[in-house]
Amino acid sequence: MKAAVLVFPGINRERDMARTLKLVSGHEPAMVWHAETELPAGTDLVVVPGGFSYGDYLRCGAIAARASIMRAVHDFAAKGGLVLGVCNGFQILCETGLLPGVLMRNQQLKFICRDVYLRVERSDTPFTRGYNAGQVIRVPVAHGEGNYIADGETIARLEGEGRVLFRYASPDGLVDPNWNHNGAINGIAGIVSERGNVLGMMPHPENHVEAIVGCTDGRGLFAGLTEYLAKAA
Amino acid sequence: MKARVTVTLKSGVLDPQGKAIEGALRSLGIEGVASVRQGKVFDIELEATADRAKAEELLKQAADKLLANTVVENYRVEVVG
Repeated sequence: MKAAVLVFPGINRERDMARTLKLVSGHEPAMVWHAETELPAGTDLVVVPGGFSYGDYLRCGAIAARASIMRAVHDFAAKGGLVLGVCNGFQILCETGLLPGVLMRNQQLKFICRDVYLRVERSDTPFTRGYNAGQVIRVPVAHGEGNYIADGETIARLEGEGRVLFRYASPDGLVDPNWNHNGAINGIAGIVSERGNVLGMMPHPENHVEAIVGCTDGRGLFAGLTEYLAKAA
Repeated sequence: MKARVTVTLKSGVLDPQGKAIEGALRSLGIEGVASVRQGKVFDIELEATADRAKAEELLKQAADKLLANTVVENYRVEVVG
């Protein structure tokens, strides 16, 4: 794995992400400043981490989405390169047009910071191959704007094409409004692009990879990616 | 030249912030408010240019590229003079 973690002013989860990538893949990722115009040669995974880029000014992720490095990320994704966006990273990927839809203010207007349960919808993707379809994982969320919406046609396409990879669910995998923390349509917590190579998700799998924090359910995502990229290399 | 871009949520898009403000108005005893939707106003100073049409074109570009997310928002541009 030769990962590049993007760094924007106001991002604060990039080190968690870098630590996890190193821990699981064994390879130190490159930290790439937003003003760069190119990704390091040989990059096979771009990660847009969480945080509060530009203090969430204007709209979450709106300004970071227009940073110069994002042109390189668009080119990388257009060639099929894998891109992972977590939390603010998901918002940035939507704002920059690599993923459809918008993350709106949580329905209950509260910033939510707690562990949630996610149902993994399929296991045949580079991002979810470390899990079984239908498996429930526990990972933390920390966001005020995670309420995913898109127009009806887009939602129908996402659902029809199996592009929802993670949904908020009960510990038994039941998707229902009581377990939908932010009001996202259909409990959507994570989606992939049409080609399946760009994943955006609100929860933070990178924070549940070590036994010392009490849960390692996030590890499967990074272990799966590591394996996938090792095979592709 | 002064200009103003007003960004509002499209109808049908849920606006929890507007709803909260609506509730607060009600709790203040301000009667007669049917609903509130929150938007944004950008006051923009343009470099001296005589051409109003060009100014409007530039503002539209600004709104499309950054000021509004047209998935959920509408905008209106005005050259104030």
